Parts: sequence; C-alpha cells; structure tokens
Amino acid sequence: MCRELSLDPLAVRLKNAAKEGTKSSYGPTYNRIGLVETLEATMAHPNLSAPLGPNQGRGVAAGFWFNHGGETSVSLQIGEDGTVGVSVGTPDIGGSRASIALMVAETLGIEYEAVRVNVVETGSLGVNEPTHGSRATFASGKAAVEAAESAIKQMCARAAAEWGIDPEAVEWVDGSARPAGENAGKFPPLTIGEIGAKMGGTGGPISGHHESVPGGVGASFGVHVVDVEVDPETGKSTVLRYLVVQDAGRAIHPAYVEGQYQGGAAQGIGWALNEEYVYGADGRLQNPMFLDYRIPVASDLPMIDTVIVEVPNPGHPYGVRGVGETGIAPPLAAVANAVAAASGARLRSLPLSPPKVLAAIKANK
Amino acid sequence: MIKVHLWSGLRRLAGGAESVTVQAATVGQMFDAMIAAHPGLEPFIKAGVSVVIDGEVTAGGRNLAVKPENEIYLIQRVKGG
Repeated sequence: MCRELSLDPLAVRLKNAAKEGTKSSYGPTYNRIGLVETLEATMAHPNLSAPLGPNQGRGVAAGFWFNHGGETSVSLQIGEDGTVGVSVGTPDIGGSRASIALMVAETLGIEYEAVRVNVVETGSLGVNEPTHGSRATFASGKAAVEAAESAIKQMCARAAAEWGIDPEAVEWVDGSARPAGENAGKFPPLTIGEIGAKMGGTGGPISGHHESVPGGVGASFGVHVVDVEVDPETGKSTVLRYLVVQDAGRAIHPAYVEGQYQGGAAQGIGWALNEEYVYGADGRLQNPMFLDYRIPVASDLPMIDTVIVEVPNPGHPYGVRGVGETGIAPPLAAVANAVAAASGARLRSLPLSPPKVLAAIKANK
Repeated sequence: MIKVHLWSGLRRLAGGAESVTVQAATVGQMFDAMIAAHPGLEPFIKAGVSVVIDGEVTAGGRNLAVKPENEIYLIQRVKGG
C-alpha cells in the first residue's frame, strides 16, 4: 500500500501506531506501550539513510509480543557472609539469571557479585511454569524482588531487636539497616553481612520466598529494517544491513537484551530466506540434517545493529518487558519487503529461497 | 449484566458471537452463566482460560469480582510462547 501510494512505511506506522488506550490485536486495551518511541528511534537511525545500489532494496516491518505471568516461585537466602542465594524455576535461556541477580542486588543495595542465582527443580522450590512466553526475567525477576523485600523486612526486624526499637523505625539503605530518622535513636548501621553473621543467635536463618502468578505484563514492540541484495542471475538474497529497534521496558542487562534482539533477527532471517523441509517423491525428508537444512551462520549475516528503547512497564518494579519473542515477529515481513523492493519479486509464501525468487523474477520479465 | 468478549476459538462455541452478556458478580458466576447459556464452552473453560480484566491477565480465580464497567476478555489458552 505504501509503495503504491509513495508513502514512507515508517511514517504510516507512526501515524497509526497503537499506544496506551488502544485496543490490542488480541482484544484487551493496552496499558503503557512504546511503539511510538520505537518507530521514532528507528526513523532517526543512520541505516535508514544508507544508499542502496542496483538490485538492492530496503524492507521494514513492526511486530510485538506480550509476556506471560504464569505460576512462579522464588526463594532467596541470606548467607552468613552476607552473600545472597536466589533459587528460581525458570531455566536460563537468554541471560535471566544475570538479570535477576542485578535486580536482587539493586533491591538489597549490595554488589552484583554477592548474589548467586541458581535454577532449581520443582521439588526444591515449588511449582513454576517453565521459561516461555518471554516471562523469565519479568516473572521470576518480579518474584525475586518480592522475596528480597521480604528478607529486608526480616533483617530490619533483627536490627530493631538488637537496638531495642520498633521495627517500623528501621529502614534499609545501601545494604544495611539504619534507624529511620533522629527519633529512632542513634545506632551504627548493621550491614547485611553483620546481620547474616549473627542470625543464628538472633532468631535463626533469614530467607525470603514469594509465590504468585505475577500480573502487570507489558507488551514489547519492535521495528526491523533490513537491506538485501538479490542476485538477478541466481535469485539468492544477501542481507547487507539489519537493524532491530525494540522496547525493552527497562533493559536490566543490556548486552543480554541485545543478544535476544540479534538472535530473533538471525532466526527470522533463516525462516524468511532458507528454512524449509524438502520432501522427495517417496515422502521422505530430503534435508534432515543441518548440513542441508539451511539456517544462517555468522558468515551469512552482517552485524545485526540494535537500538534498545526503554519505555518502562508500569507493572514491574524495574520496568521490565519480556523481550525474548518479539524479535522473531517482524523479520519475515521485513525481509520479504526488502526482497520485493530489490527484485520486484513479491512472493506470498516463505521461504524466499533462490529458486522461488528467480522464478518470480523471470515471471516479471 | 456484564459483557464478556470471546477470543480465538471460543466464538464458535457460542454460536459465532463475539461477546456474550451474563448476570454475574464474580468470575465463577460468570463462568457458570456462560456455560448455562452455551454448554459447548464448558470443557474449554474447565481446561483453563485466561480472563483479562481491564487489560490485566488475572490470577484471582473464581472469587474475583467483575463489574459491568469492566472490559472483560476470555482468551483460550494456547501452548507455546
């Protein structure tokens, strides 16, 4: 539509962008989302003004995925040396342990290195849905923060008992319990290490546990821009540039967030250009191994450029939106648009494999 | 009366209706009234559906309150991400 009307596809998306209060594609009304900010960041990126040569074309697409809450259990233990162990039930497939450790460290006011996150099984922890629905950093992270808050309350109570004051008169600041103001009395701060070292004689072990089905999920929108060159002799498409711009809510561990963006793009490029089952006349799969089932490897791809947009999710204490799956939504359309712009071959089925593209180019002549 | 929007495969179980209106003050009463009106919904509701109230996927179970002014969506659970 944009091509026929000579409109900028990003400007059209911006004009029609879903925002807070818009009905989502799956029915309910969105809360705060960051599609507008994501589109604006995309339009400001230098890849949009990179010159295109012969047989080259640019494609854009936008997509989204929400994240799931799901049954979630987290335990947290204060060590006698002031270090903290966190047990979660969501296997780490994209950096969630590091992200959860960062959130716990921030909540407790201690160093990241003092927090160790382990993935344990249901018998050790409680029921957990697995890592799916882009939920691990969102749901286990939210539960871990709640567990840390519970432990903080207990540590403040231990300090209050030692000082002989009301627990409500103690606050937790920078990894230690302190009297909350002049009226609470004058006592030197008790660090998490000091409280942990003495906990055997002050009431026993200190831990926090939280189980819930976390609410407050936040949708994450992404915009992809891809430049391809199509060889008119063979129909082979080569990805020249690829840009992922996505709203992470708040990127707790930016490098892992970037990895999720790049992984989604790389897998999506494979789906768009190559991945397919090829069956013989006898019904047998002809490409059952990765030697023949073509997924992109590093030498097939350019550096996947990324921009992390941060529009905090109001439903999470650190603004997290699940980012794992959004990245796989736009690549198929973005690549197909780029191939069409480069070659004139507007294919309606994937993958855009060289034989299909070549046939479409010849049909257009 | 509350209006419950149906999504995905649930509509075919309610005669193709995009929404149904029932008398209910809780999610449990809402389910019961919907099953009474459209018995085909029963196995799917009992298997588990997501109840989205005012944009929030709820976890409150049958006792959660619903009001006429709420935007309510029932979404069939799907496997996968």
